[in-house]
Amino acid sequence: MEIIELIRKPWPWYIAGPLIGFTVPTLLLLGNKSFGISSALRHICAAVVPANISFFKYDWRKGAWNLFFVAGITVGGFVGTFWLGNPDAIVVAPATQKALSALGVTDFSGLMPSDLFAVTNIFTLKGLIFLVFGGFLVGFGTRYAGGCTSGHAIMGLSNLQWPSLVATVSFMIGGFACTHLILPYLLEIVK
Amino acid sequence: MRDAHGLLEEEPLLAEIDCFDGSNQQKKPEGFISNLKYLIVGILFGIVFIKAEIVSWFRIQEMFRFDSFHMYGVIGSAVLVGLISVQLIKRFRLKTLDGENVSIPDKTFDKGQIYGGLLFGVGWAITGACPGPLFAQIGGGFLAVIVTLLSAIAGTWTYGALRSKLPH
Repeated sequence: MEIIELIRKPWPWYIAGPLIGFTVPTLLLLGNKSFGISSALRHICAAVVPANISFFKYDWRKGAWNLFFVAGITVGGFVGTFWLGNPDAIVVAPATQKALSALGVTDFSGLMPSDLFAVTNIFTLKGLIFLVFGGFLVGFGTRYAGGCTSGHAIMGLSNLQWPSLVATVSFMIGGFACTHLILPYLLEIVK
Repeated sequence: MRDAHGLLEEEPLLAEIDCFDGSNQQKKPEGFISNLKYLIVGILFGIVFIKAEIVSWFRIQEMFRFDSFHMYGVIGSAVLVGLISVQLIKRFRLKTLDGENVSIPDKTFDKGQIYGGLLFGVGWAITGACPGPLFAQIGGGFLAVIVTLLSAIAGTWTYGALRSKLPH
């Protein structure tokens, strides 16, 4: 069963990156679809809670393909984790592990630290910051920017769209600023 | 006056800007069976996300701390493959399954790309996820992320509500 064992190990960037890149032509050729994921959040709002807001008054059914796509991602997450899962603990870069340990993170065994993302954190300050506040920024920011890493960094840059470069650079600046200036403070207050 | 989509006269341009993300340029509408192919692409995509640990909060931290090349390699090679394939599609004028010409709308510049981009970046570092990984994390058993996703939907909804008051 050597092949399965090989598949279970973490995939390197030069396998994953191109596979993700192939989503671009695949979606275009399958049905003239532009790769993007954050638009699914908009379709969900339009379908469920349009609340007479202009932004959600459009034919969201044209974006139904996007909802099938993210449903697929959820299933893929299940398959990847429970059928093709890595039996070993994740290998985190030593410098990052050291920095995060100093900030109070203790669980380095899985993809997400249970210190922050355990279900039991949901009604705590940790949950409020790392689930609610963080999630809110993701949903608000991606729509304000008109796309996320899929729509702008990958699709937009693949099509040489300079606004997508602006967006991507902004994503990275925001992420750097948060990691080095904001996150240490957030981790401190939930210790 | 609102048009057929319920949009005010001055709204259409703003709506267009955003419609380009994840846009569906296909003329023929697709039913349930036809949409299943996107579910399948999504499944494969979700598997890649998990197996390459793109959904890992740690990998995102490594990226923003410059402690690993992994995420840069993923995004960089993805863009390279996407770029080459789009060029090939245009050069050879490849058609879609339905026989249509491939059409990718241009993205217009909008200050939201800066302001929204920065805000999303902050959220990305906090949650360790952009929208795609959120779905994969939930499928992978990180049920707390359901709260993150609901909050993201709330964030999108709030943006929609505040949109006309924000700089674009």
